[in-house]
Amino acid sequence: MRIGIWLTEGAWPAAVDAAAEWQDDASEVVLLHVAGGGAAEVVGGAYGGLWGRGRRRDPAASLAAEAGTASTELLERAAARLGRPCQLRSLGGRPERAVTAAADALDLLVVARDGDLSRLGPRSLGPETRFVVDHAPCRVLLVWPGTAPGLGSIPPPPAGPPEPDRR
Amino acid sequence: MWSVIDSGRRRCKGGGMVSPAAELLAVVALLAILGFAITRPRGLPEAVVAVPAAVVVVLAGAIRTERLVAELSSLLPVVAFLAAVLVISELCGAAGLFRYAGSAMARASRGSPRRMLLLVFGVSAATTAVLSLDATVVLLTPVVFATASRVGVRPRPHVYATTHLANAGSLLLPVSNLTNLLAVAMLGIGFLQFAGYMVLPWLVVLAVEYAAFRWYFAGDLRLGAPPVAGEPAPDSPPWFVVAVVAAALVGFVAASAVGLDPAWVAAGGAVILAARALWRREARPGELLRAANLPFLGFVLSLGVVVAAVVDNGLAVAMAAIVPAGTGWLDLLAWAGLAAVLANLVNNLPAALVLLPLAVTAGTPAALAVLIGVNVGPNLTYVGSLATLLWRRIVRAHDHDAPLGEFTALGVLATPVAIIAATTALWAVTSLMGA
Repeated sequence: MRIGIWLTEGAWPAAVDAAAEWQDDASEVVLLHVAGGGAAEVVGGAYGGLWGRGRRRDPAASLAAEAGTASTELLERAAARLGRPCQLRSLGGRPERAVTAAADALDLLVVARDGDLSRLGPRSLGPETRFVVDHAPCRVLLVWPGTAPGLGSIPPPPAGPPEPDRR
Repeated sequence: MWSVIDSGRRRCKGGGMVSPAAELLAVVALLAILGFAITRPRGLPEAVVAVPAAVVVVLAGAIRTERLVAELSSLLPVVAFLAAVLVISELCGAAGLFRYAGSAMARASRGSPRRMLLLVFGVSAATTAVLSLDATVVLLTPVVFATASRVGVRPRPHVYATTHLANAGSLLLPVSNLTNLLAVAMLGIGFLQFAGYMVLPWLVVLAVEYAAFRWYFAGDLRLGAPPVAGEPAPDSPPWFVVAVVAAALVGFVAASAVGLDPAWVAAGGAVILAARALWRREARPGELLRAANLPFLGFVLSLGVVVAAVVDNGLAVAMAAIVPAGTGWLDLLAWAGLAAVLANLVNNLPAALVLLPLAVTAGTPAALAVLIGVNVGPNLTYVGSLATLLWRRIVRAHDHDAPLGEFTALGVLATPVAIIAATTALWAVTSLMGA
């Protein structure tokens, strides 16, 4: 089985630990991380808004280099936590698109919830994670970082139609 | 060319010369500068077109000699001040000031993204206020990104915050933004007086931006990071550069109190830091010259001359019909709104050059309201103006890497509220202080 683990800042240890429970010796594990997440483009845009400064000092390039280094470091920390041979892949571009595309070659994608973790419900997925869960062309294992909130966090059902009169 | 322009000259009410041909020439020159600055063909510096355009405007007689002299003598100290501050911030970076700020933020955040955001707000606002928005965009954002990644929190809210605060945090001191330097030169007010008027609007903008970021990025800011083993204790801060910058700030206040141009103080600070960096072989002379960014200075001077020609030859008369006359609350809101709209159509630098002379005649509060508009307004789009945004979309139609929708939504959420709130604060302050 080919298992992919999508690493996101903050939530990745839960995804790695869950994958460790599902893998067997025959599994092939790929760690996925998206570098930067558009930050270099935004910084390059902000610099472009400063007129007259020329191109030489554009911080987007150094930020993209930082993003590559940071991505490699996160992948290596996750590999150390997993404690078995695995493939490390640092992806570029929009996170939700890049991960969905990478999932095409997988049998199982492990994803950690990354939204409002204080209650059960759709908001426990951030927009990018939501996109991946909805579009991944493979099975998805969705895990809670830490302990899942109790059923009591679900709001009561809306008031339905009145009970029929039994008299 | 001379004869064409001279034959069209007539005397206007204010005693200045107004000529349709001169106005046409100046407008064409301005459009060439703006078009080149937006499109930046082959990555050439903007001065490549701006300087020849200004020379043509001057040689054709589209700007009166005494006006040219006045414009240059008011712009030169501003440009010199700017060059000195660019060198100072570059040397602060070379001495490790921003690296130190990064490791201090990493330690103090203790893996909490919310604490990290608060620290990023503080450091970005302080950097912008003291070392100008260039330092924040060019030198601080890569450090903030690296710090957030190292701590293990999502970098995006923190990087966005830094770019937002480069604009929104630039209200406090004259040195924070080139537009402020231009306004102070025209208003002739002191360093401390400027800060006195602007400290409350500055704080109000920071508060609005912080609330917007906390709300907008609530999801991203919830997930704490697991502790990272081996986060090194930060080195001690580079005390020498900190001391020189602090002394320069005191010097700005003292110089403007005794009527000395604070540009001299900035130049002194830059020379001290440069001499030390050269002595210790931490910088080379060529690097210092590049940090001063001479093409940028030429661009500012040229743009100033061409805009002055456009304003003198007819735009001032046309604008007088639409700009507010007084300095009441609604007038100030109108000044700030007009400035924000103009800044967002093209860019905040030409917007400031066009509006500030008109606002100065209406009074100090009006000029300060224009600064709120041109400084905070560019946050509406992530590239500073709709023209630049449109151009980037045209040339990079197939590049969908940037989360533009997200950044624009954040700008639309925070910017109008910040401008209105800050202008209201400015109105309150100037009413109380009796500007």
